[in-house]
Amino acid sequence: MRLKSLTIFLVISSFFLTCILSIWKIMATLQGLSFTNLNVTPIFLIGILLSLAFVLIGNKINHLIKIFSLSFIFSILYFYLNEASPYWYILGVFLITLFFTNKLKKYSIQSLKEDFISEKIIFDFITLFGIVFFAFVILFPFYIMLVTSFKTQIALLVNPLDFSLDFTKSLTELFKSYFVIFETYNFVRYILISSAVSIGTVIVTLLFAIPAAYAVARLNFFGKNFLSTSILIIYMFPAIVLVIPLYTVFSQLGLRNSIFGLLIVYTATTLPVAIYMLQGYFKSIPKEIEDAGIMDGQNWFGIILKIIIPLSLPAIASVALYVFMIAWNEFLFSLMFLDSPKSFTLSRAIQYLSGDAETPRQYLMAGSVIVTLPVLFIFIYFEKYLVSGLTAGSVKE
Amino acid sequence: MSDSLSKLEKRTAYTLVLPAVLLVFAIVLFPIFANVWISFKDIELKDIRIPEPRAKKIVKSISENKSELKIIYKLRNSSLIQEIRNVQFQDKLPTNVSPINLDPRCNFQSKKVVCNFGNWQAKYRENFEIIIQSNNGEIIDKKIIKSQKPILSGKADNPLLTTNFTLENFKKVFYENNFVELLLTTFYFTFFGTVGAIIFGILAAQLVNQNIQGRTYMRGILLFPYVGPVVALAYTWTLLLDPNGGTLNALLVNFNIIEQPINLLGQKYITMSILGFEFKLRLALTTVIFFEIWRYFPLAFLFILARLQAIPQSLYEAAEVDGASPIQKFIHITLPQITAIISILFMIRFIWNFNKFEDIFLLTGGASGTRTLPINVYQQGFAVSDIGMGSAVSIVIVMLLLSFMIIYFRLIGKRANEA
Repeated sequence: MRLKSLTIFLVISSFFLTCILSIWKIMATLQGLSFTNLNVTPIFLIGILLSLAFVLIGNKINHLIKIFSLSFIFSILYFYLNEASPYWYILGVFLITLFFTNKLKKYSIQSLKEDFISEKIIFDFITLFGIVFFAFVILFPFYIMLVTSFKTQIALLVNPLDFSLDFTKSLTELFKSYFVIFETYNFVRYILISSAVSIGTVIVTLLFAIPAAYAVARLNFFGKNFLSTSILIIYMFPAIVLVIPLYTVFSQLGLRNSIFGLLIVYTATTLPVAIYMLQGYFKSIPKEIEDAGIMDGQNWFGIILKIIIPLSLPAIASVALYVFMIAWNEFLFSLMFLDSPKSFTLSRAIQYLSGDAETPRQYLMAGSVIVTLPVLFIFIYFEKYLVSGLTAGSVKE
Repeated sequence: MSDSLSKLEKRTAYTLVLPAVLLVFAIVLFPIFANVWISFKDIELKDIRIPEPRAKKIVKSISENKSELKIIYKLRNSSLIQEIRNVQFQDKLPTNVSPINLDPRCNFQSKKVVCNFGNWQAKYRENFEIIIQSNNGEIIDKKIIKSQKPILSGKADNPLLTTNFTLENFKKVFYENNFVELLLTTFYFTFFGTVGAIIFGILAAQLVNQNIQGRTYMRGILLFPYVGPVVALAYTWTLLLDPNGGTLNALLVNFNIIEQPINLLGQKYITMSILGFEFKLRLALTTVIFFEIWRYFPLAFLFILARLQAIPQSLYEAAEVDGASPIQKFIHITLPQITAIISILFMIRFIWNFNKFEDIFLLTGGASGTRTLPINVYQQGFAVSDIGMGSAVSIVIVMLLLSFMIIYFRLIGKRANEA
């Protein structure tokens, strides 16, 4: 029994170690180191030796001393097995091993006798592996996006794997792609248009949604139930089926290529979500507060302005951020409605840029960084509000 | 008293709701019905403008005599299918200049040439000429004549509002363009995209729900693909997967995992052999599905995490006492608690993947076997410029969506509500 759990422990832990070391090696390769072999088998084998040594030593020596010396020995072995590598790379290996052996702390020969220990080991390491895996898979494209924007066409052709940044170059050289897209490709204008459309959509949506949500949440009127169910059904309907009729009508009305036309469409498509989210929050506000307002002789306008809005600022913030994000990221309608570079939004401008096969990659990526950064910053800064917005409104994207 | 109060309440409610309802009606509901109308019409992109009479003015010298000029108006009906009725024409001439041998349809009065051209058929074209002469033998400046633009007007029906209908579009949808393959591709994409996103969502939620350090950061990072702009993310992936120096292919070749770069987004099939069985995998479609999963599993993750955090810890403690293994805990406690949310997520994601346009459009443009129904709407409507056909495909999408919703509410909806 103990042998079985020991084997599982050794294999799984070493597998995990091999995975992180491989990721480390890939990242190092992308810094221009010329590795050509992942060396999976030898690392896996010395990984098994490391874990075995760890449990065999057990509590005989101090934990810190134990992990430092084991990691040190491991790094030296690794250094000899691996292709020629600089010291910073081996230092990274040492730190990873340190982290890994520290995670092994709770395992010892005794603990391998516990109930379900094999399953627990598997769960533990799958958790660790999962975190590394998800973080890597998600962040890797963003990382490539960012570093590509700092490279030059020639450098990428010479070695497509070298993403190291050359800090000996002047800042203007380093940020050249950004200067080019701002100066040659007019990106300042697109940033302004995108901001205007997104902020405009937020304002107009709130102006329409707050009164409507208040009515749905508080007042009794004929067709109220029908309205609240149709809100849900309407936002299941996709943008792609609206495109052709809107295109034809907007063409005839001259609303294509206009920011105003885009703003109406964005507002109308986000309104159902906004109303749905807001009315849910309004319902949670105690009615007595409003009754006090009615006693004071306030009409509905006063009640909404002086009581409802101040009390539901968090929900309004959620809706605003969510609508901003949708409008900023929107692509389909801007593709269909805008053909003149004068009225492009950022997304449309980047797509237009990519239509020309001659456009160097780094310009495309610099544009992508510019369109992504604001959303990510807003998201990180207001994560709490946005997450509640996403959860409530996620039926729509 | 209370009667008038409730009347007031109603009136207030309608005032508050009406602007939003009207806007949504105009931009969301109206187009859905308009699609039905357009889908029965033989109409192309170039026909959607209301037909108008047009004239291009060309000024030519006719002889050595500079006091005479010929003006040619290239007249045409801008529409290829619509008639324009009662076309009126008007052009102004400078002082002391008058036309000679004027066309009988026109007359000249107070320095203006005014013509009544009657009705113009579709595709109507005419080179209408007038010869002008200076009254006092002076040289006529060509530029002045050229700079004066003629004014034309006429009555025409809006091609969208005519009442000639055809079933041709639907026939084409079903019998041409490989409708069955189109439908299958859409279903593969939708189904695997949805299931994949939910599975990865469960895995990620299960991970983050454990007591690990940096849990909030992890939650934030996991949502990045969902909040990022699709254009930026799709192009980054295109760059990553590019066979010519794309990072992924370059890495795989560098570490000798593959010999030749694989065109992950441009190759329709790849032959794989597993255990001696050879089968063809839809490569580009699979790649697009993986992008879809990558981008939308965060949503599933967020929902499932919220549900997981609401499961009372005492359930797990009780199971611990009973000596349940981690797998048993997952199967007997966690899974039953999240089935309701999974079924809702499944429907939402299924419908949204079914309608997904941007992701596929930006990655492959619908090439290499990734043409789905929404991509087809775009291709028919804007690439082939057949608006009627595009609308017909939209109608097919709406019909399928409605049937999904009905099936969902019949089968799963009730159970989800009970849970």
